[in-house]
Amino acid sequence: MNDTGQCFTLDGRMVPFQEGQTVLAAALAAGVYIPHLCFNPEFAPHGSCRVCLVKVNGRMQAACTTPAADGLNVHSETGELRDIRRGILQMLFVEGNHVCPACEKSGACQLQAVAYYVGMLTPHFTHFYPRRPVDASHNEAVIDFNRCILCELCVRASRDIDGKNLFAVQGRGIQAHLVVNTPSGKLGATDFSLHDKAAQVCPTGAILTKHQGYTIAIGQRLYDRKPISVVGDVAQLSEQQGGRRHE
Amino acid sequence: MAETSPVRIDGVRDIVQRHGALPTRLLQILREIQDDLRWLPAEALDSVAEALGIAPDRVRRVAEFYAFLYTAPRGAYNILFSDNITDRMLGNRALLHALCARLGVGIGETRADGRVTVGTTSCTGMCDQGPAALVNGQAVTRLDAARIASIATLVEQQAPLEQWPRELFEVTSNIRRADILLGRHFADGAALRAVLKRGPAAILDELLKSGLRGQGGAGFKSAAKWRSCREASGAVKYVVCNADEGEPGTFKDRVLMQDFADLVFEGMTLCGRVMGARQGFVYLRGEYRYLLDALRDTLQRRREVGLLGTAILGEPDFNFDIEIHLGAGAYVCGEESALIESLEGKHGVPRIRPPFPTTHGYLNQPTVVNNVETFAAAAKIAVEGGDWFASRGTAESKGTKLLSLSGDCERPGIYEYPFGVTVRRVLEDCGARDAQGIQMAGPAGHMISAKLFDRRICFEDLATGGSFMVFDQQRDILDGIRNFTHFFVHESCGFCTPCRVGTVLMRDLVIKVHTGHGTRYDLEEMRTLGRIMQVACHCGLGQTAPNPVLDSLEQFPEAYERRLRSTAFEPAFDLNAALEEARRLTGRHDPGAYLNEEELLLGAMP
Ligand SMILES: Cc1cc2nc3c(=O)[nH]c(=O)nc-3n(C[C@H](O)[C@H](O)[C@H](O)COP(=O)(O)O)c2cc1C
Ligand code: SF4
Ligand code: SF4
Ligand code: FES
Repeated sequence: MNDTGQCFTLDGRMVPFQEGQTVLAAALAAGVYIPHLCFNPEFAPHGSCRVCLVKVNGRMQAACTTPAADGLNVHSETGELRDIRRGILQMLFVEGNHVCPACEKSGACQLQAVAYYVGMLTPHFTHFYPRRPVDASHNEAVIDFNRCILCELCVRASRDIDGKNLFAVQGRGIQAHLVVNTPSGKLGATDFSLHDKAAQVCPTGAILTKHQGYTIAIGQRLYDRKPISVVGDVAQLSEQQGGRRHE
Repeated sequence: MAETSPVRIDGVRDIVQRHGALPTRLLQILREIQDDLRWLPAEALDSVAEALGIAPDRVRRVAEFYAFLYTAPRGAYNILFSDNITDRMLGNRALLHALCARLGVGIGETRADGRVTVGTTSCTGMCDQGPAALVNGQAVTRLDAARIASIATLVEQQAPLEQWPRELFEVTSNIRRADILLGRHFADGAALRAVLKRGPAAILDELLKSGLRGQGGAGFKSAAKWRSCREASGAVKYVVCNADEGEPGTFKDRVLMQDFADLVFEGMTLCGRVMGARQGFVYLRGEYRYLLDALRDTLQRRREVGLLGTAILGEPDFNFDIEIHLGAGAYVCGEESALIESLEGKHGVPRIRPPFPTTHGYLNQPTVVNNVETFAAAAKIAVEGGDWFASRGTAESKGTKLLSLSGDCERPGIYEYPFGVTVRRVLEDCGARDAQGIQMAGPAGHMISAKLFDRRICFEDLATGGSFMVFDQQRDILDGIRNFTHFFVHESCGFCTPCRVGTVLMRDLVIKVHTGHGTRYDLEEMRTLGRIMQVACHCGLGQTAPNPVLDSLEQFPEAYERRLRSTAFEPAFDLNAALEEARRLTGRHDPGAYLNEEELLLGAMP
C-alpha cells in the first residue's frame, strides 16, 4: 500500500496508486500487465493505439489516459476485451505490411508479442498492402515504414528528449504516415544516431540497426521464451535482458 | 513548382505580419496565402514557419490535414461538388460528369493548362437547395444542366468570380416553420441589458430553470457548463461558438448565422458576461465562407452601437469581443476539443479528456464551447425567462429544436418544433408522402424505418442535432449507407487505430455487399467491426461512424440480404480476375488456367 492508501480494483485485485497516476501506469507499477503499444512510461500518454482498452465502472476507456481514482472498478482480462483488442491488433497488421518471418525484430517485437498475448493467429481482415518505400539512406539505421503503427513514440522521443525533432506524422485519416523531417525526407540527411532516444522506443521493427542482425537466433529471443505479460516492453529492458541493444 | 516567384513569398511575410505573427493564427494565415497563390508551395510553408518561429513540420501538418488546403497545384477555378447523399438524390453525379466532360478534365484532376480543378467534397450544408458546389470556396446552389453549361463557359472565358451571375451564389433560408426561437422578435441588446440589470447569477438561474440543453447533439445542460466555467480558476476565459456544422444533412446553423447573427453574437456576449470572459470566437466552417464579410460587418455594427467591444452598454467593466475563425474542411473539428486545437492554429485531433474545455480549453484556459443554436436560445431565455422556455417541450427536453429537412420531401428547409414532436408529424409537414426511412442526426446518428415514425424527437427518445434526411420508397437505402461510409473514411483524423483502419474496412465491406459480392459472413463482420469501433475509438467521430451500418442492418435487413451471395464466404478479391494477369503473361487459355468452367467460358469470349 502507498501512503495515501487509495486503491482501485483491477479484475478483482486491489491496485494502489499515486495521485495523478493513470490506471495503466498504476497497474504496471503494481506488476499487473495491461496490453499497450503507444504507451511508454517515460512519455506522456498518447491514447492512439487503443490496445489498452479496459472497462472502467462499466464504460470502455483507454487505461493509459484514464486517471486512477479511489474505488474504480476496472476489468481488463475479459473475453470481450480480448476480442476487441485482438480486432485492433488485426487492424494494425492489415494496415501496414508486417512480414514477421522475414523481420529482424521477430521474437523481440512488442507488436508481435502483444498480438500473441491477445490470441491473434491471423490478420483476419483484408490486407491494405500499402506501398511504403524503405529508407536505408542512413549509415547506421534503416527505417522500414511498412512496420510503422503510428504510435508516435519516435516522434515524441526525438522532439522532447533528443531535441532533434526528426520525425513527424503527416496526412489525415488512412493517409496518415510517418515522415522524416528533412526536405528530402531521408534519414541519411539528418544527424540521427543510434544513441538517440528515438532509436530505442519503437515497439515494432520499423527502426532497425544496420550491419548487425540475427545475433540471437529466432526461437530464442525475448518473447520466444516468455510472454510479454511477464517480460515487459522491449524498450524498457536492458540489452542483457534482451531489450534494445543500443542503450 | 516554378509557379511561385520570390516576390509572392514576400507577400507571405506580409500576411503573417498582419496576423501579428501569432502561431494561433496559422490556419487563417495559410488560408489567406492560398487565396493569393491557389495552393501552398513548400517554399511558402517554410517561410510561414520561419516568420512564426515554429518548426516547419508543424506548418506542414496543418497544411496536409485540412481538405481545403492544398500542397499541390490547383486550378485557377477550384470546383468542388458537394457529395452528400441528398446531393446525389438530386442528380449531382450526372452534373459532375457533364461538367468534367465539357471542361475536358477528370474527376479530382487539374486540367493540364492549370485553368480548372473539378472534384468532390463532403456535404456543404446546402441540402435544401442542392445539388451544391463550392467554386473557389464560395457556395453555389441549385445546380442543373443550364447552370453547369454556364459555369463551363465562364471558366473557359476566364471570367473573374466577381463577374459570375449572382444568382449562382444565392443561398436562401427556407424557414418553413417558426416557433419561439425563429418566430419572435428580439431587440438587439435586450439580453445584455438583462444581465446588467439582474446580474450573472440571476441569469444563470434562468438558464437552469429553462432546462436548456446543448443543441449541438450531445445535449449537455448549458447552465451546468456555464456555471462550471464561471467557477473554474483561470484569469482568462473564453467563449467559443461552434459553427462548424459538418454533419451531412444539417444546415440550421447556416440559417441562424445568415439571418439571426445578432441573436447568436448576443448569446455569446451574454455568456462572456456570465462567466467573466472577454474574448469570444466563432469557429465557422470553411463551407460557409460566403457569410464571412456580412458577419464581420455585423460585428462591426455591434461595436459601433455599444453592444460589443469595450464598455458595452456604457458599463466600464463589460468588455467582450468576438473574432471569426474559418475552418478549412474537417468534420472532426466540430468535436469541441479538436475545434479548440484548430482555433489554436493546429491540426484538429481531439484531445484526451479529461480535462474538459470548461477547465482546460483554448490555450488551456476555462472555455465554454456551445452550438450556434444554444447561444441563440440562451439570449432569448435571458430576456423572456427560463419558465417561458421550459413551457415548451418535454420533461427532459425543454424548448424547441431546429430541424434541417432534406431528401425526398416537397418542402425541404428549416422547421422549428417544440421537443417531443413525432417523426410522423414532421414528415407530414414537409410533404414526405412516401418515406421509407430517415437518417436522423446525420450519418453519425440513426437510420430509422417506418416502424419508428411514431417516436418522438427529444433526448428521452430520438435525440438529434437536427439533420433529417428522408429516403422514399424508390431509394436504395444502401446507396445512402455507402455514401456515409465514404464520408467517415474521408473525415477520420487518423489518430486512433479503430477509426483510421476501421472506417476503411467498413466502407470496403459495404461496397462488397452493395456490388453483390457479399455473403452472410460479411454482415456478421460489419456487426463485429462496428461494435469494436463504437467502444474503442478515441472520439465521437469513430464511435458513431458505424451507426448507419448497424442501424440499417437492423432496420432494413432486406436491403442487404437481397444482394447476398448464397455461399457462406466470398474472398475480398476476385481470384479469377487476379489470375488474369498471369494468364496474359503466360499466354495460357487452357482449362487448367481457369478456376472453373463458367469462368473459362467467360474468359474465352472475345
Ligand atoms: C465528430 C464530431 C463532430 C461534431 N460537430 C459538431 C458541430 O458541427 N457543431 C456542434 O455544435 N457540435 C458538434 N459536435 C459536438 C461538440 O463536441 C460539442 O459537444 C458541442 O459543440 C457543445 O455545444 P452544445 O452543448 O451547445 O451542444 C461534434 C462532435 C463530434 C464528436
Ligand atoms: S516508427 Fe516505430 S516508434 Fe515511430 S511511430 Fe512508427 S511504430 Fe511508432
Ligand atoms: S475516432 Fe480517432 S481517428 Fe477517428 S476522428 Fe476521432 S480521434 Fe480521429
Ligand atoms: S497504450 Fe493506451 S491507447 Fe495506446
